[in-house]
Amino acid sequence: MEQFLRNIFDNDFFIYTVMAVVPLVWILPYALFVIWLERKVSAHMQDRLGPMRTGGWHGWLQTIADMMKLLQKEDIIPAAADNKLYNLAPYIMFAGSYAVFAAIPFSSAYIGSDMNIGVFYIIAVSSLAVVAILMAGWASNNKWSLFGAMRSAAQVVRYEIPTVLAILVVIMIAGSLSLQEINHQQTGWFWNWYIFKKFPFVFIAFIIYFVASLAEVNRTPFDIPEAESELVAGYITEYSGMKFAMFMLAEFVNMFAVSAIAATLFLGGWNSPFGDFLSGPFWGAFWFLSKGMFFVFIQMWLRWTLPRLRVDQLMYVSWKVLTPWAFVCVIGIGLWMML
Amino acid sequence: MNLFDIIFYFFALIVLVSAGIVVFSRNIIHSAFSLLFTFFGVAGIYILLNADFIAVAQILIYVGGILMLLVFGVMLTNKVVNVEIKTGTMHTLPAALLTAMTAGSLCGIFYATDWTIVEGIPEIKSTTNSLGEMFMTTYLLPFEVASVVLLVALIGAAMIARRDKSLQQ
Repeated sequence: MEQFLRNIFDNDFFIYTVMAVVPLVWILPYALFVIWLERKVSAHMQDRLGPMRTGGWHGWLQTIADMMKLLQKEDIIPAAADNKLYNLAPYIMFAGSYAVFAAIPFSSAYIGSDMNIGVFYIIAVSSLAVVAILMAGWASNNKWSLFGAMRSAAQVVRYEIPTVLAILVVIMIAGSLSLQEINHQQTGWFWNWYIFKKFPFVFIAFIIYFVASLAEVNRTPFDIPEAESELVAGYITEYSGMKFAMFMLAEFVNMFAVSAIAATLFLGGWNSPFGDFLSGPFWGAFWFLSKGMFFVFIQMWLRWTLPRLRVDQLMYVSWKVLTPWAFVCVIGIGLWMML
Repeated sequence: MNLFDIIFYFFALIVLVSAGIVVFSRNIIHSAFSLLFTFFGVAGIYILLNADFIAVAQILIYVGGILMLLVFGVMLTNKVVNVEIKTGTMHTLPAALLTAMTAGSLCGIFYATDWTIVEGIPEIKSTTNSLGEMFMTTYLLPFEVASVVLLVALIGAAMIARRDKSLQQ
């Protein structure tokens, strides 16, 4: 795509801007759709109907109406809040989650920046979200916000270890940190995907990655940073209007980002499951987005079926279950590669 | 001025302004969060200089690790235990002398060095491969020693943080 743009336009700056904005074209409609979907999925899992009236067919206009409401809402800043940090936090949150998309290959023809250290970059920039959460929690000057922020930071830092180890398993097989290169290695039928290779190590690594990534994006069963019954809304308690919307947007974008990474590393990314059938740049984008959306749906499914973990259970899962098993996978793959 | 220069000055400006806030801000939490932009700007300059691995490692370790620890420490002491942390000016004369000496020697080195610009270096395709190879061959001993030191520090931290059983009974 970069080459294509280069053939038409001559201006470097313009080309880079276009390349940088492309993921937004997907993210914004995706967020509108997924917020509606989340409400529908949660409703149907609890034998309710969810939004039904706005827009006619199954309340499809509900999110757009909500967005209009949030846009018009008065922006309330608490008198005792730290003004600068309070206003800055939502932007850093969204910047951190959007920066991840720079290295995610949407199709064989489009990747924001095909760098050699793609996966490593993603792991690094996703830590920006934690800084933003801490900033929001501290600046709000509210005890619920502060506790939510601290829980969130502790949780994300803790679950980064199993996530990185699980990713390392794939990196060891692929021998490359570039996500586009990892995708090219999984071309062909679906048994070429990494999840089915070197059974069962990569499969276990995939499960570990998925569980840990749920904790990274603060989804149930790991949503203690925003536990409604204890902390009102955690670090976003004091936010209203568009700033609240920015946090929600970042949360849903993060959900897709971790799903996209899971799809790319373990399920072949933009590769078609059926060899050459329906492959090519546009179908690649279709397969990639459908795999990502599938994981987003699983995240919702888990959210509305599982109860929330206690803090000590959270520690137990990370340190005594996920991390040792991730090490087992890394050592197992290492030995297998040497043979 | 081409795109390279513009990007360099942009990141340099970010580094300088945010570092200024780190030093001059009266509010310690503003200093801590301002450090985020300093690290980010330095990482940007690293990437501009083709050192992508170092740039990302910088963000991962300094933003994801050290900055978080710093903010956590400030938050725990300031808001939860109610200790007022103040930054102020003290020991003005020795501080001015020391900083003047450091700045002077840095400027001296900068002007005294005969900087040579090597032209025509081939574009580096992958930094991680060569870095990994060097870690496993030429610099194996320092690499292993560093990891042992880190492991010792980790065990030490766990030992200190452990609940003392004899005190409990």
